[in-house]
Amino acid sequence: MTGSVHAALVPHAAALASLHATGIQAAAGLLLAFPLAGAVILLLGGKRTNSWGHLVGVAMPVLAFAYGVAAFVQMLGYPAAQRSRELTLYQFIDVGRFQVPFGLRLDPLSICFVLLITGVGSLIHIFAVGYMSHDPDRRRFFGYMNLFVAAMLLLVLADNYLLLYTGWEGVGLASYLLIGFWQYKDSAAVAAKKAFVANRVGDAGLSLAIMLMFFQFGSVTFTGVFGAAPKASNGVVTAIGLLLLLGACGKSAQLPLQSWLLDAMEGPTPVSALIHAATMVTAGVYLIVRSGPIFNLTPDARLAVAIVGAATLLFGGIIGCAKDDIKKSLAGSTMSQIGYMTLAAGLGPAGYIFAIAQLLAHGFFKATLFLTAGSVKHEMNDEVDMRRFGGLRVAMPITFGAFFCAYLAIIGIPPFSAFFTKDPIIEAAFSRGGVSGALLGTAALIGAGITSLYMTRMLLMTFTGRRRWDEGQHPHEAPPVMIWPAILLAAGSLAAGAIFIIGSRLQDFLGPVIGVPPVSHGIFTVYGWAGLALVIAAAGLAFVLYGRREVPVAAPAANPFTVAARKDLYGDAINEGLLMRPGQWLTRLSVYFDNRGVDGLVNTVAAAFGGSSGRMRKVQTGFVRSYALSMLVGAVLLVGTFLLVRL
Amino acid sequence: MSVTVAATASTIAAPHFEWSLLSPMLLVFGAALAGVLIEAFAPRDLRRPMHVALTLGSLAGAFVLTVVLAAKSSIFAAGKPGVVAAIGTVGVDRPTLFIQATILILAFVSVLLIAESSHEVSSFTPQAAAVPGSAEEREGLLAGLSHTEVYPLTLFAVGGMLLFPAANDLLTMFIALEVLSLPLYLLCGLARRRRLLSQEAAMKYFLLGAFSSAIFLFGIAMLYGYAGSVRLSAIATAAQSGLASSTLLYAGIALLGVGLLFKVGAVPFQAWKPDVYQGSPTPITALMASCTLVSAFGALLRVFYVAFGQLTWDWRPAMWAVAIVTMMVGSIIAITQTDVKRLLAYSSIAQAGYILTGVIAANAAGLSGSLFYLAAYGFATIGAFAIVTLVRDRAGEAAHMSGWAGLGKRSPLVAGVFALFLIAFAGIPLTSGFNGKFAVFRAAIQGGALPLVIIGVISSAILAFPYVRVIVLMFFSEPAAEGPVVVRPSAYTGLAVAIGAAATVVLGIIPEPLLSLASHAASQLFVR
Repeated sequence: MTGSVHAALVPHAAALASLHATGIQAAAGLLLAFPLAGAVILLLGGKRTNSWGHLVGVAMPVLAFAYGVAAFVQMLGYPAAQRSRELTLYQFIDVGRFQVPFGLRLDPLSICFVLLITGVGSLIHIFAVGYMSHDPDRRRFFGYMNLFVAAMLLLVLADNYLLLYTGWEGVGLASYLLIGFWQYKDSAAVAAKKAFVANRVGDAGLSLAIMLMFFQFGSVTFTGVFGAAPKASNGVVTAIGLLLLLGACGKSAQLPLQSWLLDAMEGPTPVSALIHAATMVTAGVYLIVRSGPIFNLTPDARLAVAIVGAATLLFGGIIGCAKDDIKKSLAGSTMSQIGYMTLAAGLGPAGYIFAIAQLLAHGFFKATLFLTAGSVKHEMNDEVDMRRFGGLRVAMPITFGAFFCAYLAIIGIPPFSAFFTKDPIIEAAFSRGGVSGALLGTAALIGAGITSLYMTRMLLMTFTGRRRWDEGQHPHEAPPVMIWPAILLAAGSLAAGAIFIIGSRLQDFLGPVIGVPPVSHGIFTVYGWAGLALVIAAAGLAFVLYGRREVPVAAPAANPFTVAARKDLYGDAINEGLLMRPGQWLTRLSVYFDNRGVDGLVNTVAAAFGGSSGRMRKVQTGFVRSYALSMLVGAVLLVGTFLLVRL
Repeated sequence: MSVTVAATASTIAAPHFEWSLLSPMLLVFGAALAGVLIEAFAPRDLRRPMHVALTLGSLAGAFVLTVVLAAKSSIFAAGKPGVVAAIGTVGVDRPTLFIQATILILAFVSVLLIAESSHEVSSFTPQAAAVPGSAEEREGLLAGLSHTEVYPLTLFAVGGMLLFPAANDLLTMFIALEVLSLPLYLLCGLARRRRLLSQEAAMKYFLLGAFSSAIFLFGIAMLYGYAGSVRLSAIATAAQSGLASSTLLYAGIALLGVGLLFKVGAVPFQAWKPDVYQGSPTPITALMASCTLVSAFGALLRVFYVAFGQLTWDWRPAMWAVAIVTMMVGSIIAITQTDVKRLLAYSSIAQAGYILTGVIAANAAGLSGSLFYLAAYGFATIGAFAIVTLVRDRAGEAAHMSGWAGLGKRSPLVAGVFALFLIAFAGIPLTSGFNGKFAVFRAAIQGGALPLVIIGVISSAILAFPYVRVIVLMFFSEPAAEGPVVVRPSAYTGLAVAIGAAATVVLGIIPEPLLSLASHAASQLFVR
């Protein structure tokens, strides 16, 4: 392992010597300014902007994308070692020796994310113009979407952890607004709250990691932290790594903070697409890969990352198999695919490249899947139960085509995306060696089969077989504004993996920043073939189960395992037991000791209105006496502590 | 005081007062006295405008004088942190001037709220002496009476708040404490609506305040017994020499600490805060939540940094405990609150805990972080209470949270700004609250209090929930059919909200200037 660590440190050290951004890149602030301006115009402009607001909302990410392409082209013009450029917009904190710039970092890693976020994001925005056309609050929706994009761009462009945290919180806040967008649905508000809670736990982990970094290294900039990390003790680095992992788990919906992602489907479908494909959930993977220099120093934290990833990829896949709601099934799939990325990131320099390759490819095929699923939902009058679909291939042929492309890409049929991006992860997991390598590799291999199972099931239940929808529904092809983004994304899903991996283009591009794998595997390996065999077998199994047999409209009674999977493998119950219940008890307990909490208040108010001053007086003397008593006890304790300290 | 004078000279010298160094406080007290004269002699119709002009003018003038003092190089000559004035009873140094300037600005904004006069929004009872629900009360209402005594009372309180953190000996500090507290006790009982609740609050605040003052005084006596002086620097010198029985010293520190922690609202001396914040007229709550907190923390910082600065290792364990329970109790109990003002009160308790972590750091970074935090929090909290005065139903302010449901639909701007303040309290980045928290936590880490910071981060994660619940309620719930309405504020309240919101955003995005100022002010700590 030491060899690979060393190999990874050298490129990182090269990346540390960052240069100032010049030329087009000097205006990188525009990347933030465009979507932010969109959000400000749409949210503060009020009803006046209703008629043309969505056009602004679409134009802003498109402009940001155009700028991103220009900056990318400029970057390609530099020699590989000089592609990391930094740009300070202004000094955020400058107290003595402690400085935090509001600084952006343009390097191959961040530009990949910029292009993904703005490119796929723009297409999703265009799709949303059609999808949300009947919604009276479309303008506000685009305002939130732009805010979301701006926050995500800040997250990936920041050149220090404090600013990254700013974007991180911004993403959380914007997602919260978007998931709860259809506020009239109770479930939407609950889901939004759940997302916030899970994210909050993760955020606490990230902020503690940042505090610990400051404590140990006296800095929070990437340059400062990565420069000082090798000198820190192993325990500290591992602690920072684990706290970063906690943060990543919250944002990327990894075990044990995964439960919000399924509920987050309550938001409009473009939101799901944006959260799952281009933004939010990828933030955790970004955090881990970006913090590579820290994880490289701590095999323990890396192993924890890999285990979380492997567990989540199985967990999400199993949930994906059991859900009848097409969007929830896709959510399970996202969880599972992000699990692959986390697993890859946990493999250290051997996996970073593949984590990012999988992430980018996933951006394409998951966006396609969500947009096509959104079109189906849109045409089926908001029906999402796949048991009530069936035979839509005829009614919506183009949508079916796009979905099918993404299907081929996600299950990894060669020569399509996931074949190139997922197999190296399986490969790298096995070549980690030892029991852990074998277990992680096996999990990844089984995950490939599960992916094929739930995707084939989804494809068959939705698009083939007998029509199971009501007479009243007349699904037909979605309007062009919704179709074209899906077509473009579908084309991307097919090709992305091959473009990235063949000729190791992505590896050459990202290598100077995140390191290259110590050994390079061929494209067609024994694991690749094993995976492919498993994928085909699973697809065959799904065909036998859902293609040959009639799909019942009502969900049939099931074995305990399926029941568990339908209930998200009791993820909520676990959360409740671990987080909610103790919290409630703690709250109750402290309220009890706070003399009177809510009840006392209600009584007081009631008494004040009712004019029953007699009762008031009684309550009142009780109050002051007990308050004074608590003060006295406190004073005695304080004096006691002081005198004890003296002893 | 006689002791120190006797120690320096055998003949009684005429006391020498540096009037110019005391000018901000003198201006405020002078204006308060003039306010009493207005009350006595000016015709009723003219009283209010005269009071408002005098109060706002004197606060603004005192602020300018403070800035002039801070710019005066002679005070800080030869690298001194400042000078002592008025025969050594008042310290004039950079941190104190920063604190006083903060108090003056925050008081100015609070007075804008107090001055809100539209019949609908005014928070003060027309006749405080009338029994609630009586015929006299109704007559007073109909006659359109108003208690203009509120203004001089406020000025007296603000004057006391200016002196409290500047006091360089414990007796002056005690007098300042009483000067700031007595008017507040009165002001708390003047609410226009729910007068029983208001009077109850005033009574409680008075009783508990008197109790804590007694403990404070007891502590002074102990320390005098130990050091033979009430001068902070003399106590520090005595503690350093360590000749006398230290039981007196430590008991004195603890008892003095109780008095100060009571004003700050730290657990277990917090019990008054929710009741008093809830019962008081909301503009007075805003004044207490901002100015009193700043002032009390200023005094706490001075006492613990100057008098007990050498004893850091001795007072730290107890203060650690206080800070931990304050952060946790404040944030956990906030979760179950159903009244907006009580929620803000518990939030204020938790915030006091966060600032305590800066105090515990016991270094220049801790002082500067606390200074920044106090200023940032002060603006946000006044803004939040200002919005509370705007959301009203037939019974007055719609304090119960159920009334806030769907506010985002009916008044997106008001709900949005309130959400901004809540987000700032929760410490989300790009708001002033985040930078304040980061500043104190950073200082605490430097001071070696990492566990405290970990608890602080966890506590602020918990504290986010009650805020989010309010945001959910405002934006994601259906408005009640006969729910409260948002009244159109006059220019006064509007300006107060605007200042609060602007400060929250600006200090969130560009914290650098104020951070530098605070760090410059704190660089040499207090004058001894």
